[in-house]
Amino acid sequence: MTGKILATYEYTPAKVERGYAGKTLYINLSDMTIKEKPVTEKMKELFVGGRGFGLWYLWNAVSSDTKWNDPENEIIIAGGPICGITQYPGSGKAAVVTLSPLTGCPMDNNVGGYFAPLLKFSGWDALEIQGKSDRDVIVFIDGNRGKVVIEDASDEPADTHLLAEKLTEKYADSEEDKRNISVVSSGKGAENTLIGMLNVSFYDVKRKAVRVKQAGRGGSGTVFRDKKIKAVVVKYKGVTGDSNNPADKKKIINAALRLHKEIFELDKLQNRMREVGTANLVEVMNDYDLLPVMNFQYGSHPDANRITSKVFREKYFTQNVPDNCWYGCSLSCAKAVDNYEVKTGPYKGQKVCVDAAEYETIAAVAANCGIFDPEYVIEANFYCDTYGLDTISFGNIVGFAMECYERGIINKEITGGLELKFGNADAALELLHQMAKGEGFGKIAGQGVKSLREYILEKTGADAKLLRDISMEIKGLEVSMYVSKESLAQQGGYAFANKGPQHDEAWLIFMDMVNKQIPTFEDKAEALHYFPIFRTWFSLQGLCKLPWNDIVPADNAMTDEPHKIPAHVQNYVDLFNGVTGKNITKEELLLQSERVFNFQRIFNLKMGKGTREYDMPPFRLLGPATKEEYESRAERYDKQLKELGYDIEGKTTEEKMALLRQYRESQFEKLTDAVYKRRGWNKNGVPTLETVKKLGIDFPEVVELIAKYQE
Amino acid sequence: MKIVKSRPDLCTGCGACMIACSKVLYKVEDPDKSAIRIKERPGAESGYDIFVCNHCGKCISICSVEAIYKAKNGAVRIDAEKCVGCYMCVGFCPEQAMFVHKDINEPIKCMACGACVRACPTGAIYLEEQD
Repeated sequence: MTGKILATYEYTPAKVERGYAGKTLYINLSDMTIKEKPVTEKMKELFVGGRGFGLWYLWNAVSSDTKWNDPENEIIIAGGPICGITQYPGSGKAAVVTLSPLTGCPMDNNVGGYFAPLLKFSGWDALEIQGKSDRDVIVFIDGNRGKVVIEDASDEPADTHLLAEKLTEKYADSEEDKRNISVVSSGKGAENTLIGMLNVSFYDVKRKAVRVKQAGRGGSGTVFRDKKIKAVVVKYKGVTGDSNNPADKKKIINAALRLHKEIFELDKLQNRMREVGTANLVEVMNDYDLLPVMNFQYGSHPDANRITSKVFREKYFTQNVPDNCWYGCSLSCAKAVDNYEVKTGPYKGQKVCVDAAEYETIAAVAANCGIFDPEYVIEANFYCDTYGLDTISFGNIVGFAMECYERGIINKEITGGLELKFGNADAALELLHQMAKGEGFGKIAGQGVKSLREYILEKTGADAKLLRDISMEIKGLEVSMYVSKESLAQQGGYAFANKGPQHDEAWLIFMDMVNKQIPTFEDKAEALHYFPIFRTWFSLQGLCKLPWNDIVPADNAMTDEPHKIPAHVQNYVDLFNGVTGKNITKEELLLQSERVFNFQRIFNLKMGKGTREYDMPPFRLLGPATKEEYESRAERYDKQLKELGYDIEGKTTEEKMALLRQYRESQFEKLTDAVYKRRGWNKNGVPTLETVKKLGIDFPEVVELIAKYQE
Repeated sequence: MKIVKSRPDLCTGCGACMIACSKVLYKVEDPDKSAIRIKERPGAESGYDIFVCNHCGKCISICSVEAIYKAKNGAVRIDAEKCVGCYMCVGFCPEQAMFVHKDINEPIKCMACGACVRACPTGAIYLEEQD
């Protein structure tokens, strides 16, 4: 049952004090070193925890020449000081940091499941894994016994739904003990593509099933499998409301009870997260013409009513079980489909519990590929999860390939016989299985949209400009699921995002386009300064973003700055102070984030990127890139051109597209200037010396690096 | 089983019930550790509100670790060993009859022992049979 033990390390678990264990577990898989590293006061002061620690360790581990698959690259998993409290919703998150195979730059993910809290209570603020094993391994951390073991895992399955369940069984002493185990794993897909993700498990005692949440973006799972890690398992028994040993528990309790009561009273009237999770966004986005349809060509589709939360609620989601991914999250958005019978591929006929389906997944694998079938969503969701593939990147790849196929840019010769027409769910699933096996067109497509574009260019000699316009990636990362054509602020939110176009950094589309709260360039720049910084804070602490603004107090609209949710910002100040015993203000809260945010930008620079040219989006992010798109919303675009003073009488669609493009591109450039200025960056998008000094990150290496880019 | 019912108009706010309850639950005389709470009625010149569990059991499905259960006698109880102190049940209690104290991991909750009723000098709380 147990594989050959390759290394063992015994330790005395540190007691958590005021949110910190004070130690990091360092593992090097090249030589099987296991050791502890101190978490210094300086680290806490400058980088706080979570993503901050991850970036700092990674910065010190890699040089500007390091590639994602070099042994120097690391995977760091860390919670943060607030991580692991059980009272406040959304407090069990792990930040995962690594050099991305898609972008070549640091990637960060914020993932649920029990891993980060149990890791901390086992005595470790962070897990830092470097090196590459020559054989498949499992790392097992026993937080009660104080033991870390690296075992040979050559005989274990790679796919998550098998492995996480097997390891939960193996390491738990009893059914009761299963809740004390969390497994990080990936799958075969991560081995054979660059879009591999990590699953982080928790045991759902009510369903009696292993559930998984995903660190989805940018290929973290690919790095994990490249290091030959099959799984990292942590076991810790004894979680209570005091395990984080906070300085002032009352502050935490008061904030928590306020939020629990708000959710109890208002969630059913607001977003119904408890009932349907983020799936509620499908119908909202479709109504506002913001749901990516057919590779972001369109923002809505008449058949979208077949994949709304209503459909999942009535036919698929299992109800009346609280679906949280860490203790105390009463927002409980983690929906699941129980007893789903798999229809295709190697696991056909198995009955499984699928963590399905979130908005991003529904939009990406379905609407963006012109497929409107809920059972296909569950099937694709299951396989992406167990294979360790990012649903957002997968949906982008398939959507892009389908558009190229429909436009006659690629044909069956290129796709290996796959009829990649929009709406062809069978072909999409076949491509998914090919990706996992590393075979056929799936092997090529699994390298990501950017690589696929380059492959198509090379093979077909297609129009390079058109291909760039319609390949939805920036910095090498595929775009998450919001059509940003009518929101300049969101265009910036995507284009400037440190890790690539993921909405967790800045989601401004409603504020900008629907509620019109940020009309001027100055307003947009301010929003693109404040929100990315504010949102970074969650990943320093081990917190989830959703309980910040997916539930709002009844009187929120009456406040001075309703889009910031002032009452919840105050909750976060209280949580931080309650845990750490410090006394920060909300301004100091922002400063913690601004420091890490700028450090990450500079890290991109260290990796040879991080300047203005890498913040350029494909035109489809800014407006209609093809005739079909323009004509599908002709009334809207014609009206805009007229309002801008253009005489469009008698002009062809192509001529009008050129005018609109010129205008929108100039707007984007102006926005870029305004945002860089507000952030304290120069025109090339590089933080100024003054900015890094102000933030206290003016380390010699940083100063030397940015000096080359100062005007 | 018998549950605690109230007639707030008879309550004088003496707090004897809270003292009795905390003695049974935590062996201290501390109203902040009681599972029944008497609060001055907000906005009114006089009068008290009485908050006590009616054992409706809605908290059972709220708990994600199955720490809340219906005991054989019908009382809704908390297994302190299983409880992780998240207080979701407290926020979701329709009667606002679950309480927290910073030194106690689990929520403070009525066990339907009747000690508060025996301590009440005015009959403002009483036991009533419930199916």
